[in-house]
Amino acid sequence: MNVLHFINSFFSDSAHWHGYDGIPTRMREHIQYSLIALAIAAAIGLPVGLLTGHTGRGGNSVAFVATAGRALPSFGLLVLMFVLLGLGLTPVMIPLVVLAVPPILVTTYEAVRSVDPSPVDAARGMGMAESRILFNVELPVALPLILSGLRSAAIQIVSTATIAAYVSLGGLGRYIVDGLYQRNYEKVVGGATLVAVLALVTLGIFWTVARFAVSPGVRRSS
Amino acid sequence: MEAGARGCDFARLPQNYCNTIGLDSPPNGPLDRGHRADGLCQTRRVFGVLIRIDSVTKRYPDGTVAVDNLSLEIPDRSITVFVGPSGCGKTTTLRMINRMIEPSEGRILLDGKDLAQQPVNTLRRSMGYVIQNAGLFQHRTIVDNIATVPRLLGWSKDKARERARELMERVGLDGALAKRYPYQLSGGQQQRVGVARALAADPPVLLMDEPFSAVDPVVRKGLQDELLRIQAELGKTIVFVTHDIDEAVKIGTNVAVMRTGGHLAQFAPPAELLSNPADDFVEDFLGADRGIRRLSFFSTAGLGLLTTPIVAVDSTAEQITERSAGDVPYLLVTDVEGKPLGWSEPALLTAGAVDPARLLPYGRPFEHGKESLRAALDGAVLSPTGWAVAVGADGRVTGVVSQQTIGEAIRAAHAENGADGHTDGRTDGRTDAKVAG
Repeated sequence: MNVLHFINSFFSDSAHWHGYDGIPTRMREHIQYSLIALAIAAAIGLPVGLLTGHTGRGGNSVAFVATAGRALPSFGLLVLMFVLLGLGLTPVMIPLVVLAVPPILVTTYEAVRSVDPSPVDAARGMGMAESRILFNVELPVALPLILSGLRSAAIQIVSTATIAAYVSLGGLGRYIVDGLYQRNYEKVVGGATLVAVLALVTLGIFWTVARFAVSPGVRRSS
Repeated sequence: MEAGARGCDFARLPQNYCNTIGLDSPPNGPLDRGHRADGLCQTRRVFGVLIRIDSVTKRYPDGTVAVDNLSLEIPDRSITVFVGPSGCGKTTTLRMINRMIEPSEGRILLDGKDLAQQPVNTLRRSMGYVIQNAGLFQHRTIVDNIATVPRLLGWSKDKARERARELMERVGLDGALAKRYPYQLSGGQQQRVGVARALAADPPVLLMDEPFSAVDPVVRKGLQDELLRIQAELGKTIVFVTHDIDEAVKIGTNVAVMRTGGHLAQFAPPAELLSNPADDFVEDFLGADRGIRRLSFFSTAGLGLLTTPIVAVDSTAEQITERSAGDVPYLLVTDVEGKPLGWSEPALLTAGAVDPARLLPYGRPFEHGKESLRAALDGAVLSPTGWAVAVGADGRVTGVVSQQTIGEAIRAAHAENGADGHTDGRTDGRTDAKVAG
């Protein structure tokens, strides 16, 4: 029995395609958790990163948050939050957001910091307001790097969102957790494959977004 | 004064333009502003002091003094160049004019109004700003880069782009570049875009911070000539910062030489600077050959040319004898169209059998009346005969002149111009004269 055989039998079993434990349901749950976590992390990381990057102030705090966030083990945090908060989505979201904020925050900060200062000086000298300088001069140039930060955050979230199953929630982690418990390795491998596919799709989505959102002038010159 | 004659595109500006750039306030000083029937600015001002720097000091918190008690009047519609070694405060001074840096003491007046009292972004939009590496927005096309300030002023996209295309033409950029991105342009082209972007909203003032120092000398010369041409067409008040004294002398109407510590060493027109440096520092900064460079400001119009010692390549023996009369040491041989070929001693010339390869070189001909005495002297020094060749605009020989005659003309010019050495002919001669330098 090899892995390919597991994968084949998992996906060819029609029972895995229906019902509340079917692939479409688990996939939808997984995507839902991931999107919520990414949205919250971006809502924290992007504004703080843009602001600190633009003003150049708070670089040390950014570095501290990044190191601290990375040092926290997601699974440990999940268990802690579960003990403190009980069942629900919140104890799952906290470790995912803590995981995703550092890459978003640090790359956004670095991306804005590393924008060539001369167009910024020119823009200021032409009488552009600071907010316009940030959004119309710095952001378009920093965008490729910012998107790469969001991308790595998204991929980490997608692979880590499997932990939701440990606290009785759904998602693709359900197959892995249940499979291990039932010694059903076909299920474990099937779940892991689905997570990997979802991570690749995420990569593809970010590649497409970058293709259309980043100006050709920035794409070619950097 | 009629606006159109100065190249101001007032007719193309929106109704509220004067308000937008803060030109509607009561005139203070010699101003001549009016509004046309359609409500547009027609004329802005006649000559007068536009920017007054009044006892300005810039001191940083660590105690460094970048500019020390500087007072200066920048005349309207002229090019004022700040020049000096690094750390002399020239860039700081420029950046205080658009309030990128605020003075610690003193004030700067624009049209008699204190800059500190004006909304900073409105003020900056009324001043074009050009920096060393152009500072183009790499995510925007060339045309959208140029349209930046008009867009900030609220013009429609189409109108701003139309204006941008006009400016591309004005600064000598091919219209085909409009849809390109900055990375696709050479350094010189990028700097032209920088100038076009600064001119886009037709600001009365243009601030240029070492705009041409990052491009190679040939491109730089082209950009300088272009700036002089644009200035002649548009009549902006240009404040220009450079560390290159040759650039300062070439383009400046007035040159402010600054020295380390933010002191003004001398403020004078370039010809005066060259003839009367205020102190050893200025003299040293001007370099070794300031006497020669000063000749750039003297016209060759009054130079007495000899027309006799010139023969065509197909001349007869009689013509050669006739032309060499009067004891001239050399004859200039021209081709049948009258363009110079080279010098020869009269005795070595045989009618109908002139070998151009055996003639002595004639150096670089100067355009009589248009180029300066510097170009004439250069031509004379370049030829082993010691004679310079004068040509017309078509390249045909109009006469020849010896070093002695040029020397006399130089002495006469010095006597005539006295200590200040300023002549009206400077703009004619100086551009081309720099080639020889």
